Amino acid sequence: MNTDAILSFEEAMEKYDPVLGFEVHVELNTRTKMFSSAPNVFGDEPNTNVNEVDLGMPGVLPVVNKTAVESSIKIGLALNCKIAESCRFARKNYFYPDTPKNFQTSQYDEPIAYDGYLDIELSDGTVFRVEIERAHMEEDAGKLTHMGGATGRIHGADFSLVDYNRAGVPLVEIVTKPIEGAGSRAPELAKAYVAAIREIVKNLGVSDARMERGNVRCDANVSLRPHGRERFGIRSETKNVNSLRAVEHAVRYEIQRHAAVLDAGNPVVQETRHWHEDTRTTTSGRPKSDADDYRYFPEPDLVPVVPSREWVEELRATLPEPPAARRKRLQGDWGYSDLEFRDVVNAGVMDEIEETIAAGASASIARKWWMGEIVGRAKAADVDPGQLGVQPATIVELAGMVEDGKINNKMASQVLDGVLAGEGSPAEIVEKRGLAVVSDDGPLLEAIDAALAAQPGVADKIRNGKVQAVGAIVGGVMKATRGQADAGRVRELILEKLGVTV
Amino acid sequence: MAAINRDDVAHLARLAHIEMSAQELDRMAGELAVIVDSVKSVSQAAGDDVPATSHPMPLTNVFRDDVVGHTFTAEQALSGAPDSEDNRFKVPAILDEA
Repeated sequence: MNTDAILSFEEAMEKYDPVLGFEVHVELNTRTKMFSSAPNVFGDEPNTNVNEVDLGMPGVLPVVNKTAVESSIKIGLALNCKIAESCRFARKNYFYPDTPKNFQTSQYDEPIAYDGYLDIELSDGTVFRVEIERAHMEEDAGKLTHMGGATGRIHGADFSLVDYNRAGVPLVEIVTKPIEGAGSRAPELAKAYVAAIREIVKNLGVSDARMERGNVRCDANVSLRPHGRERFGIRSETKNVNSLRAVEHAVRYEIQRHAAVLDAGNPVVQETRHWHEDTRTTTSGRPKSDADDYRYFPEPDLVPVVPSREWVEELRATLPEPPAARRKRLQGDWGYSDLEFRDVVNAGVMDEIEETIAAGASASIARKWWMGEIVGRAKAADVDPGQLGVQPATIVELAGMVEDGKINNKMASQVLDGVLAGEGSPAEIVEKRGLAVVSDDGPLLEAIDAALAAQPGVADKIRNGKVQAVGAIVGGVMKATRGQADAGRVRELILEKLGVTV
Repeated sequence: MAAINRDDVAHLARLAHIEMSAQELDRMAGELAVIVDSVKSVSQAAGDDVPATSHPMPLTNVFRDDVVGHTFTAEQALSGAPDSEDNRFKVPAILDEA
């Protein structure tokens, strides 16, 4: 039950200036774990991708995964970071059953990458620079499932079940410096920043970057200060923010909540907050306390990582085209206007359009389908467009049927609904539903005669050169044929019949 | 004497989940202070030409190739667990984080 008061976002913005900070965890897609040779695979049977190192058994020795170090350096380079001449691992000590060792192997005072930046493009084309404090290597923890604790009941009978398959999966944690000056665009910037990180690690090929699987996870820090004040306010850290939309919503919500707390004359509590996607609110986790005294110390079982400059330059040479440059290239290739392209990027369907074009669609057809048909359906279903699962081949098939005159655009849209409802392939749905464009001129001419007779005034206008009035007659014919006519052919026939040449 | 007092020891004991009596806290505060002082004497032996290090061996870049090795079966993994369910370790609920 959440009873926190909130201010409207507008009022919060009038009174306060938000400062943000993000910690984004990226799971690397190496074959094996960070310090053990057990497989790094998602979704396997519990506790089958583990060995003695992952289970923290006495006397075992971890060994660093070279590919994970290379992936970490690549991420650092892509974030314009400096790569450490020498760095080491550290133990972060805490007791919690998600780590069987009672410490997480991480990096503390010597991260592998530091002092970088990322230029983030907002929806209107404004570029906002986010400074990167550091990117460091560490390992993921096991997965806990809490049992029997429903409705807040916490009694002796409750317990948790632990699967250590994820324990030891390589992670890179990317930490920003405090982000000032975003103002009312803070929620949008938050979403755009995490989207940019996801895009970069996917582009580098170092992570599967699937947020729904936890490959990219964001902790969002928010604090407010009165306009004009230098000193930062007290921050909250919202955990478990695991979709792009959630990042935007969580930052917005926390700004509104902090504003209400400050307005009531109270101090913000420095604490962890948990994000709840269902109610789009946060609830209080634990306050920062002694438990955050992690007693870091250098990991005695791992020797320092000293990336030679030659190695770093070799890795730099393998970096793919950066996402911003790629966007520029794709826009040129596709011939979209700035506005068209920005809409595509903001709708989050650039990759999908690229795949659709690669599958054989033209750039304009791909855009028409994604922007005109699929984005709206995704919005209605409250999911990201890519999550609807529309395959590029489906669009190519639909567009082909329209081009061949087998079906018209309206029918194609219905067929897409059928595909999304799991009724089969476009061809099967067309067959099953008996959809076909009436292209035999006979029935069309009859319908045209009827439509012309019903609107004699319009026919005169067309004869007198007002060709655009033909739409009214086409509409009548389409209605009479219940949308099954080929609108282009109907138009031709009407003009032909009225003796108008265009 | 190094600045390790009774409160420091109590704090560390709590962090380490070690239960200590008042008597033990008093004794450890004294002993730890002596230990810290003893370790400090190392810095008297090392001159400015000896860099600080966290590892005794001059080794760096000890890596493993990203090749899958052995794993346990779930049964093996759970063989030493005090309790288990559905092939997972069963642990008491953690109250403040659930």
